[in-house]
Amino acid sequence: MITIQLNGEARTLDVPPEMPLLWAIRQVAHLHGTKFGCGISVCGACTVHVDGVPTRACVTPVSAVEGKAVTTIEGLADPVAAAVQTAWTALSVAQCGYCQSGQVMAATALLRANAAPSDADIDAAMDGNLCRCGAYPRIRAAIHDAARRLAGGAAPDAEAPAAAPAALGPSGPASGSARSATR
Amino acid sequence: MKRRTFILAGLGATGALMLGVGLLPPRQRLRGRRGLPTEGGQVALNGWVKVAPDGTVTIIVPKAEMGQGVLTAAAMILAEELEVDWTSVRVEDAPVDPIYNNLAVMVDGLPFHPDDTGRIKRTARWLTTKWMREFGFMVTGGSSSMTDLWGPMGDAGAMAREAFRAAAAAQWQVPAETCRVEGGAVRLNERRLGFGQLVGSVLEHLPKTWTRKDVSEYTIIGRPRARLDAASKADGTAVFGLDAAPADARYAAVALPPTLGATVAGYDAAAARALPGVRAVVPLAGGRFGHLPGVAIVADTWWHATRALDALAVQWTPGAGAAFSSVSAAADLEARATRGDGFEFLKHGDLVAPFKRAAFSVEAFYGVPYLAHAAMEPVNCTVRVAPDGVDVWVGTQVPGVAVKAVAEVVGVEQEAVRLHQRLVGGAFGRRLIVDFVAMAAEIAKQVPGTAVQLLWSREQDMRHGVFRPMVRAKLIAALDGDGKLLALHSASAGQAMLKGWGRFLGDPMLANIPDKTTVEGLTDQPYAIPALRVIHDAVDLPVPVASWRSVGHSYTAFLLESFLDECAAVKQLDPVQYRLGLLADHPRAKAVLQLVADKAGWGTPLAPPAGGGRVGRGVALHWSYQAYVAQVIEVEVSPANALRVRRVVVAVDCGLVINPDGVRQQVESGVLYGLSAALHGEITFEGGAAVQGNFHDYPAVRFAASPVIETHLVLPGDAPPGGVGEVAVPGVAPAIANALFAAGAGRVRTLPIRLAPPEATT
Ligand code: FES
Ligand code: FES
Repeated sequence: MITIQLNGEARTLDVPPEMPLLWAIRQVAHLHGTKFGCGISVCGACTVHVDGVPTRACVTPVSAVEGKAVTTIEGLADPVAAAVQTAWTALSVAQCGYCQSGQVMAATALLRANAAPSDADIDAAMDGNLCRCGAYPRIRAAIHDAARRLAGGAAPDAEAPAAAPAALGPSGPASGSARSATR
Repeated sequence: MKRRTFILAGLGATGALMLGVGLLPPRQRLRGRRGLPTEGGQVALNGWVKVAPDGTVTIIVPKAEMGQGVLTAAAMILAEELEVDWTSVRVEDAPVDPIYNNLAVMVDGLPFHPDDTGRIKRTARWLTTKWMREFGFMVTGGSSSMTDLWGPMGDAGAMAREAFRAAAAAQWQVPAETCRVEGGAVRLNERRLGFGQLVGSVLEHLPKTWTRKDVSEYTIIGRPRARLDAASKADGTAVFGLDAAPADARYAAVALPPTLGATVAGYDAAAARALPGVRAVVPLAGGRFGHLPGVAIVADTWWHATRALDALAVQWTPGAGAAFSSVSAAADLEARATRGDGFEFLKHGDLVAPFKRAAFSVEAFYGVPYLAHAAMEPVNCTVRVAPDGVDVWVGTQVPGVAVKAVAEVVGVEQEAVRLHQRLVGGAFGRRLIVDFVAMAAEIAKQVPGTAVQLLWSREQDMRHGVFRPMVRAKLIAALDGDGKLLALHSASAGQAMLKGWGRFLGDPMLANIPDKTTVEGLTDQPYAIPALRVIHDAVDLPVPVASWRSVGHSYTAFLLESFLDECAAVKQLDPVQYRLGLLADHPRAKAVLQLVADKAGWGTPLAPPAGGGRVGRGVALHWSYQAYVAQVIEVEVSPANALRVRRVVVAVDCGLVINPDGVRQQVESGVLYGLSAALHGEITFEGGAAVQGNFHDYPAVRFAASPVIETHLVLPGDAPPGGVGEVAVPGVAPAIANALFAAGAGRVRTLPIRLAPPEATT
């Protein structure tokens, strides 16, 4: 029996101490937002917060978090996380979405520590989170966007995710083109 | 000649099958054999849309959402015609029914040049279309969703719109033409009836005819829309196959053959069963859906099951592939490509004289490796076999085939199988194969009454996948004194993906017809090459192969677009101008190439890299899945010969654009997927086993290496919607190779790109 603070609630789990936290969360506590990607700490899909620090649940034994505060994507509830999730939705960041719980956890931790991260800060904080669909350009844009939202700045309209010109579309100029640059 | 006849004979056999079917009325994809399930007073107007009394519009999308944004784009097609308020739209998965069978993907698979509109091609297309509708399957793949759904979903929306108009007109006792339909309601002057208010009578007013809107009237199509699934994927509530297991499920881990073709000789079930949490140890025979033999452990958690695998101490009997080495296989493929063995897919023009009188001839060998799909979600499937039927929770690109596989493995009728489609955490072609579904069924059958979730480890997902074939190719060209292309000859060798498919679907027809996907991208390009011959030797090797994002295009673009650059370089001709010179008859291709050159600043000086070194710009143009894509890529090569891709400019003409933001996203996705493959992707085999197993030895591009991507969409007037999910992948590798050549870093002819250390190049 091991007791952890899971999303603010004391949970006593009947699991062996060496069981990785990931499987205790997914298959014993039945919270499915945290994903399995690699099992060896190289993809970031299983990222949770342990006492606020982004942690790879796939290689963290349950015993290592005994008595600690574990937050999964289901337990995110603060203005920073809300800004991240709003930006993620407004910019249509996710493709398949499977890596995105981990991306959101990593981005939230980054913005809590650094309210206005540079591109280099983002590279450093997010480089451990793989995305096979290639959401990186939008994740980067969404982190900057969330930082602006938190600073009280203007944010783009949710209905115009890529800030595309209104002339875009079949009724637009026949020879025209629409541009979007993302990094 | 003989082979060509054979292709047509194959289709002729299909035609014979058709005789019993007879001609179905047009628009036959509107209504399913069974009505749609409804709840809460919903009415189903056809097989594609339901409306509830509160006005909520539920649109049926028969495609797997695996990241490509199909739920949103497909819903937009129907919503546009229906004249509905976008905020009231919901999407729902389709049941398995022939009206949802994918016609476009099969029609696209026919071995003809896209410019060929001859009678034989039209007949073959018609036959294939009919065959697919009656006997085919629901499939998400081949970048075909928009092409496939454009007809039926637009018609379904228009039909529903006219039904609501007629229902309101009847209530008001006015002619229907006087009523307007907009924003989910029918209006006449100040009067208004929402769709929800009309659900009681609308079914009495289903029209026999309707017309589609003109493009100039569109208010939804062509405007950027946020994805309908964006929020649920940002807050973790999206349900993938892996998340679908019921709370009382058990979890299965498997021991799989350590080498190609190995079978189980024996194992210690008692030792594994004695371990904590283990519920059952069951043998796996494997079978015709490509499911492997092995042993499964069913336990309280997947970790318990995995931990018990060691105790099994499985002994294996090696099979025919036990000694397979990709290095020796590559040597054999190279010899075959040199000899020019194989099936002639295309021959036009005089291929003898030009080589005799050529001022220059160019010859080059290219090679590409096996590739794994490496989607983020490892393959998994949950099955419960109960007396009242079989439940399957899975994310699959082929639900119909999955049902067939489960029914056959469990030994029940297909009607007894309930498939619950879940989101797919990336597929890229892997989920076209149902081997893991059949395996899950084989396990669950032996633990009746219990829902069992089968999950493969990342290593199993990578090593026991179905791979993009390894290919070797020799290209030769004859040039005149000005460097102009007179003739081109391509001979390649590698496994045929269609054969792989045939193996997994148990379909001999697929296994025996020449597989045009092995040479697609060589035979179907817009270039006017005076004489062209394309042959491919389809070699049998023990490695399972199948579709990988952009299929044959994933390597043919690398061959052809690199080689054209090599030809241009003979007389130092500009690569963009060289290509434009071959595109006289293809204005769409020309336009994307000119657009990308323009936007990329082709021909202008490049800023040198910050830390010193060289810089270069390369171009590639490729047609695939009804879309023209041109890319210009900028690379930096450091003094230590480290490569960095810093900017990717892409121009796309994919016909009518449904969701411009969705197209951009797929371009970003394709570029990064292509970039990972070009820079890192390689699966090798030694001693019958794949060497690479996880993201440390099969790396993918990460944040810091992710380049600036600029996407430009060309807006043509009237081309029907084409594909976007795969079209940005093919051009990435050749554009990088061409950029490296321009940077003076030498010619790369083998993927993945590995620059020699500085000493070796001097
Ligand atoms: S699953 Fe934990 S880092 Fe990949
Ligand atoms: S969105 Fe699919 S892996 Fe990141």
